Amino acid sequence: MLEVKGLRKSFGPLAAVDGVSLRARAGEMVGLLGPNGAGKTTTVSMIAGLLRPDAGEVLIAGRPLGGDTDPAKRNIGLVPQQIALYEELPAGENLALFAALYGLEGSAGRRAIGSALDFVGLADRGKDRVATFSGGMKRRLNLAAALLHDPELLLLDEPTVGVDPQSRNAIFDNLEALKKRGKALLYTTHYMEEAERLCDRLVIIDHGKVVADDTMHGLYRLLPAANMLSVELDEAEDGAGLDALRRLPEVQSLEKRGAGLRIGVRELAATPKVLAWLLDHGYSYQHVASERADLETVFLSLTGRSLRD
Amino acid sequence: MYTAWKALVRKDVRLFFANRRAVLMSVVAPIAMASFFGYLFGGNGGQPEATRIPVLVVDQDGSPISRGIVARMSGDKALVLMPAGMEQAREAVRKGKATVAFVIPEKFGEIAARAFFGNAAKPEIALLYDPTHGAEMGMVQGILSGHVMEAVSQEAFGGPGSSRLVKDSLADLDKNSGLPPDLKPSLTAMLKAIGQWNAQSQGRPGASQAGLTVPFGTRTEAITSGTGIPYNGYAHYFGGMGVQFILFVGIEVGMGLLLQRREGLWSRLRAAPLSRSVLLGSRAASAAITSMFILVFMFAFARVVFGVRIQGSLPGFLGICAAFSLMTAAFGLLIAALGKTPEATRGIAILGTLLMVMLGGAWVPTFLFPQMLQKLTLAVPTRWAVDGLDAMTWRGMGFSASLGPMAVLVGFALAFGALAVARFRWEE
Repeated sequence: MLEVKGLRKSFGPLAAVDGVSLRARAGEMVGLLGPNGAGKTTTVSMIAGLLRPDAGEVLIAGRPLGGDTDPAKRNIGLVPQQIALYEELPAGENLALFAALYGLEGSAGRRAIGSALDFVGLADRGKDRVATFSGGMKRRLNLAAALLHDPELLLLDEPTVGVDPQSRNAIFDNLEALKKRGKALLYTTHYMEEAERLCDRLVIIDHGKVVADDTMHGLYRLLPAANMLSVELDEAEDGAGLDALRRLPEVQSLEKRGAGLRIGVRELAATPKVLAWLLDHGYSYQHVASERADLETVFLSLTGRSLRD
Repeated sequence: MYTAWKALVRKDVRLFFANRRAVLMSVVAPIAMASFFGYLFGGNGGQPEATRIPVLVVDQDGSPISRGIVARMSGDKALVLMPAGMEQAREAVRKGKATVAFVIPEKFGEIAARAFFGNAAKPEIALLYDPTHGAEMGMVQGILSGHVMEAVSQEAFGGPGSSRLVKDSLADLDKNSGLPPDLKPSLTAMLKAIGQWNAQSQGRPGASQAGLTVPFGTRTEAITSGTGIPYNGYAHYFGGMGVQFILFVGIEVGMGLLLQRREGLWSRLRAAPLSRSVLLGSRAASAAITSMFILVFMFAFARVVFGVRIQGSLPGFLGICAAFSLMTAAFGLLIAALGKTPEATRGIAILGTLLMVMLGGAWVPTFLFPQMLQKLTLAVPTRWAVDGLDAMTWRGMGFSASLGPMAVLVGFALAFGALAVARFRWEE
């Protein structure tokens, strides 16, 4: 549905987007992940036709996006990062305006508005002014405004910023439902847990460049240690006796902090073998815990800096 | 495309009326200000009481002549005369409680009467005035001159001291070596004739009214749209204040676009398959409609409450309103095109607007400007709007008089619009 090839955009000497390529198929949600200023919004703006790229190409359903009035823009639904609604007008009037921008009026418009309000759970609030809505309700209406013309591709630019957990879950349910309907979704965020929960594939972007493009499973494979064992020894070990543990093929890393050990292993299945080695070599322990690496770890490993930087 | 255009225009108009503060500022405030200024400067026909000038008089002479001057000044309809002491008068003028004070010095009557027939030293009447009221001072000076002339001449021709005055004047004439010898007999004969007149007229009814008087009266006629139709001061100020506050609507158009950009609404609008002319054109159209509504509503109010009539061409009036509304819409787009942030732009836009309003004659009529400035202000669109509205309302001009202002305003609208489109930042 969406194919982006070698997009570039500079603002003065700053290369905001530097050769970004990605794709999103029908029924797929692709996460565009990166810290603030990485180039996510600029990329989305170019895909939506708001910014003209210096180089590269955006293909929607196989054809490039033309000028301002290109009918292909009907295939795109944009959910801006800001709550792009007229607060003084009722929700229904907001949607009526945005429907009219795509030529929907009369009964077709009313159907689209009713369906969109229903989809985001605001069917009974259509006559209320947006100013009276909670932050979560505004975010849901912000999503509804992008669905009126039933686009095949949804561009969601950090659609859950400042939203309470309940509304966030409601939005997640909406997005999963859209995915099931066969929509392609490009979801920019710097919330790792959102990306992990929702996205089929992740494109990690930093300083305007794609540093990884894979499924979650594929990204974990990029890590030297996808699982971390924390072991609390009965006694602190200061000698070099534990260094032999590094030679086990299952062990990717070893970190000693007094009586505490942090042992990186590629697969969780290696845990019994590591624990048996410790006992066999006289290292008794009281407490063992394991944790899986997350996207933060992946990002740190790929870029050397935190996602929240 | 028309569906989108219509929806965008309707949305802007809805937003304007949904914002009570905006409506208050754009409709109620100009009506209140125009009503105030209209009342101050002419009302709807009669002369307001405020035009009577408060004047203090310090009579240090107390002679029949000075008392006559005071009596005549008291009877003048343009003045409110009050007696005062010297220090009291000076203090009152300094504090702004009186506009002018005049001081009749001691022996004024005696010296003035002698100076009347000869070239004796002339006495001075001091005029103390508030420097912010120079025009009123000039008016009082003129009125005073007339009354002094009448009082002094009346004393010379039949007053109680007129016989002695003639004798003294004849004596002065004998001593006066400055007068050409061949003129002395004529003047001597005239003074003797006056003495004879005084002797014969003493005690005769009506004779005491003799003397020099201002030999003419005046009749005033305000040239308005027609004979017998009084000038309505509200007409000018409803036009002027309407122009000012509609330009504020233009500022809000610009601010609105800048805020839409910040709030992501512009992205949402640009993401739709709409041309740039629809996006900007709809904003201009809604601004023009709103402006037109404000002008028409204001004049409808003025018609009902203050009796302001479109004495000239109604189509011409509506044409000027429409042309100025278009110009305002283009002005708003230009603000949005040149501005970067709403905060930084608002102050500059307000300053520019107030300058245009001031130079356009909305506050002070342009005929009070110096000649050079009157010519320069022809380059300001508001001047054409104010003059055009005046022409179509109280001046009662025909449709042809509206064509010039309309053409200039549409020209400004096109120029502002073209510049706005050229400089508009389409990309985020």
